[in-house]
Amino acid sequence: MKDRTLRGKVALAGIGETTYYKHGQAPTSEFQLALEAILKACGDAGVDPREIDGFSSYSNDRNDPSRIAAALGLPALRFSNMQWGGGGGGGSAAVGNAAAAVAGGVADCVVVFRALAQGQFQRFGAAPPLATVSGEPAMTFPYGLISPAQRFAMRVMRFMHEHGVRHEAQRAIALASYHHAQSNPRAVMHGRPLTAEAYDASRWIVEPFRLFDCCLENDGAAAIVVVSADRARDLPRRPAYLLGVAQGSEHRNAARAHNAPLYATSSFTTVVPRLYDMAGVTPADVDVVQSYENFTGGVLMSLVEHGFFAAEEANDFLRVDNLLAPSGRLPLNTSGGNLAECYMHGLELVIEAVRQLRRESTAQVPDAEVSMVISGPMVTPVSSLILGGESTL
Amino acid sequence: MSDVATSGAYYLPAGLPAPVPEPDGLDRPYWEGTRRGELMAQRCNRCHAWQWGPEWICHACLATDVGWARVDGRGVIYSWERAWHPVHAALKGHGPYIVVLVELPHAGHIRMLGNLLGDPHQTVTIGAPVEAVFEAHDDAKTPFTLVHWKPV
Repeated sequence: MKDRTLRGKVALAGIGETTYYKHGQAPTSEFQLALEAILKACGDAGVDPREIDGFSSYSNDRNDPSRIAAALGLPALRFSNMQWGGGGGGGSAAVGNAAAAVAGGVADCVVVFRALAQGQFQRFGAAPPLATVSGEPAMTFPYGLISPAQRFAMRVMRFMHEHGVRHEAQRAIALASYHHAQSNPRAVMHGRPLTAEAYDASRWIVEPFRLFDCCLENDGAAAIVVVSADRARDLPRRPAYLLGVAQGSEHRNAARAHNAPLYATSSFTTVVPRLYDMAGVTPADVDVVQSYENFTGGVLMSLVEHGFFAAEEANDFLRVDNLLAPSGRLPLNTSGGNLAECYMHGLELVIEAVRQLRRESTAQVPDAEVSMVISGPMVTPVSSLILGGESTL
Repeated sequence: MSDVATSGAYYLPAGLPAPVPEPDGLDRPYWEGTRRGELMAQRCNRCHAWQWGPEWICHACLATDVGWARVDGRGVIYSWERAWHPVHAALKGHGPYIVVLVELPHAGHIRMLGNLLGDPHQTVTIGAPVEAVFEAHDDAKTPFTLVHWKPV
């Protein structure tokens, strides 16, 4: 089989978001939020919503594509896809799955979406009300190892131990996100800057994570319209072309009770080579990165595994100035991301990556033409994608 | 590994979800072993590879004849965390506690979880030796036993 690539074949043509709310504060139902984001994305793309013929999501989104298709009166549904796995690991993969459907002729106009109204459902950061647990939770919950922060803290602790990474490296990531959120009026933490002193004074959630190392929990929805590259060129917005996408995880990453052989990773070591191979770029070509922050420690591991610096260089590289737009060495999470813009399970990061290529970010990197998204460190499967402007094709 | 904490003197407050074996029986030998004060793990009857957590097939040789063997409850701390924020109602006001991931070098380097007994503010060192301690919850609706670890 020749030409086994998605490079340059599809584009992200439209982006839509609801207002981002603190968790529990969305004034409408989660399903309404999903519809609003989808319609906004179509409006942004200049596409009639009735042209949608597919949906792609991840992390067990509760909003069934068939119900959405019925609600929107779609004439035909040709693709409905749920990426396996939890957390934000599917954020880039969901785009990749939509792209594969479009490039392969399965569907023509696929919307990637994610909607969350945690106030209406169980929160991620609180233990579910269970009297008993079995399977892997039986080996963790009775020891107070329950929440996502607790699940991932030991991976980061081991990584920091193996490579001598200091807490200041995590702090730089948090400060960069909060810094960028101050220029982003959409951000939940807009107007609430974070200083190094406030970070250092913040309480431990679970060592090695302080409060500001942990993502927010929010209500809202986000959506992206994926069409063929040819179709995108006829639409009003500057296309963000998909250069590469990859998903997966390492050898026995999901071995139960923390028995992954490569324990101290963010799960990307086998994913990244295929990502760069498809995209035809190297880390040095990447102009700006949105890296999913469930926890800052996951970001630092992700950046290492995506080849931006060696683990032993983390303390030197991860300084705030290096991570800031417009002129840092690697502008990171330029909307504020999951820490400070909104925890829209990382789909807001894909939208920000598109904005950078459109020159519409509130923390714009000048002339950004290669824009990366890293989705869901430490879960399995994880995924990443690279978008490019016209000049990269 | 003969220490058994007396009933009622638990490391964490009562009220956390209680462990029960999986409905399909996969991990039942482990939980039954803890009741006897024995640490059990899977060991392939064909290639003798250790395996943890339990699975229906041996990851090393793909035999489905996966047996169980008693494991000496000595290991080294592979990683750890000190949890402060109470994510469950039973933990409110309890203060920090330590979870450790313990590597068992003599059993194929499998890893097991548990709490680290002693001062919750103690300095924890990756690589430090630890020993299993069985904490029986005989007063639970369905009695069970947890495995903790103590520095040696």
